[in-house]
Amino acid sequence: MKVFFHALSPTLESLSAVSGSHPSSNSSRLAVETRRLTRVYKTRRETTTALHDVDLEVEQGELFGVLGPNGAGKTTLIKILVTLLLPTSGEAFVDSLDVVRDYKRLRNRIAMVSGGEQAGYGVLKVREQLWMFSQFYGMDSKAARRRIDELLDRLGLAEAGNKEITSLSSGMRQKMNLVRGLMTDPRVLFLDEPTVALDVGAARDVRSEVQRWMAEDPTRTVILTTHYMQEADELCDRVAIVNRGRIVAEGAPRTLKASVDEDVIVDLQLDPGTPLLDRLRAIEGVGAASVREEDGVDRFSLLLADDAVLPRVMTTVEGAGRRVSGLVRRQPTLEDAFVKLVGRSMTEEEAG
Amino acid sequence: MSAIQHAERSPLRIFLKTIVARAYPRVVAANRHKSWLFLDMALPMVGALAMVLVYQGLHAPRQYLGFVVMGGAMLAFWQNVLWTMGAQFSWDRGNGTLELMAVSPTSFEAVLLGMAGGAMIMTTVRAAFIILIGSLVFNVTYTAGGLLPAIGVFLLTLGALYGMGMLLASLFLFYSREAWHLGDALQEPVNFLSGLYFPVKALGIPAGTETLLVAAQVPIFALLAGVALRYLESRARKDGKLVTRWE
Repeated sequence: MKVFFHALSPTLESLSAVSGSHPSSNSSRLAVETRRLTRVYKTRRETTTALHDVDLEVEQGELFGVLGPNGAGKTTLIKILVTLLLPTSGEAFVDSLDVVRDYKRLRNRIAMVSGGEQAGYGVLKVREQLWMFSQFYGMDSKAARRRIDELLDRLGLAEAGNKEITSLSSGMRQKMNLVRGLMTDPRVLFLDEPTVALDVGAARDVRSEVQRWMAEDPTRTVILTTHYMQEADELCDRVAIVNRGRIVAEGAPRTLKASVDEDVIVDLQLDPGTPLLDRLRAIEGVGAASVREEDGVDRFSLLLADDAVLPRVMTTVEGAGRRVSGLVRRQPTLEDAFVKLVGRSMTEEEAG
Repeated sequence: MSAIQHAERSPLRIFLKTIVARAYPRVVAANRHKSWLFLDMALPMVGALAMVLVYQGLHAPRQYLGFVVMGGAMLAFWQNVLWTMGAQFSWDRGNGTLELMAVSPTSFEAVLLGMAGGAMIMTTVRAAFIILIGSLVFNVTYTAGGLLPAIGVFLLTLGALYGMGMLLASLFLFYSREAWHLGDALQEPVNFLSGLYFPVKALGIPAGTETLLVAAQVPIFALLAGVALRYLESRARKDGKLVTRWE
């Protein structure tokens, strides 16, 4: 596995060492490569650096996740890689083609599917809609129709193929969008939050089909952006965690989770009361803390240096007059790795 | 599952297939719902009826009724150019279709040509219905003389109109709400020149000159549409927003 890690802090350097990173030496097998990729948005009022010196290497055949909170720069990265957006500086290659100079050739080799997509024309039936998009790639009509039928069948949409797209549920619609992405057999498939707002069953079907499609050909590559850490954990060979336009960590999910292996991770559920987050963070031995309000209770996630920190946490909670309604010690997740790296939860980062 | 042999297809092949594919929703699918009979035919007929009643009230020659029916039919093309050509890219952008077109190897020219071709066929059917029903209802008769020149001028007019529609598609995308105002602003001059309100020959322009003016617009609008599309693509990649869906 080749990982080029852009170090930002001593913490991250140590994580890079864990993941065994080193620069690429064989670019011909790379599906995606970026070098110091930067994108700056300028408006009359402000200048925002959405991507800052991003170095990334994804090998052919990898299912690579780009994780991070909303506004982290994930979509900007994808837009550059699919040739929708020019970088301000730096370089990016997809399937060995320069996204700036060779974008016309590159568009033959890629496809993009986004979550919540409503593209197409309501007057068209599912098969007609998919056929129309296949023609934008110059596919032979017969081959396209055969391929569409195969994919619809695999995704359980064979009967829905003759329905107008406006009659589809959101789950069926997203499966149809996935068929659109797969039918042209792209070298690199970009999935931008593909399961957002889907029910559990539809999300599972989408994930299964992506895995099955990749298994058919070891050179197929998928770049997946998501803020569902569990999805990335389940699907991805490797992930890059992006925050504020920078890659803050990169490696296999297992490797990233290992960075919090030595911590004691505790979920603490408290009834509503006085704010407590800053006081918990101030306790010696609390590596990171985050909170989210859910179902009328505050759910804290704490990364503790060891078990001995827990009594101090409980003392602080009691001192604040908060009542504990649940306490669970659990295995680390990618979200915990994010919290440890960034110091705040994704939700807090999104809030600014 | 049969794996598709991956090959880069020729730009010409993609161009031609895109034209057919993009015309398809308009030629085939748009007739699936019969609401067009009301929206695209009955409503234009109401406007024509008003003018017919005015002419009848003024005891105008019967041939004027023919002008009104023909003008009403041509207005169907104008409405089509304005709202389903000019505004189409804006709608396509809103639902994410334009973004997917931009990521694909096709070109916006091919998309617009397909859109225009499909729209022409669709609207010609509607216009023919308007002429047929209008002629029956208002008892309008036509003479066969001058039919070929009339068809020639009609085709030139379509070329100019849909060339303008292709240009408007980019302009609507660039200027958004301002462009909608432009569309509104163009409505009355087009009504004026369409022959709906009065016989166009009353303007005193010789028929040959009129034909030349229409013919000249065909390459001009085609050229301007091409320039606008080049600019559209370039600017879209620079700012990253022009063709991407609203979020």
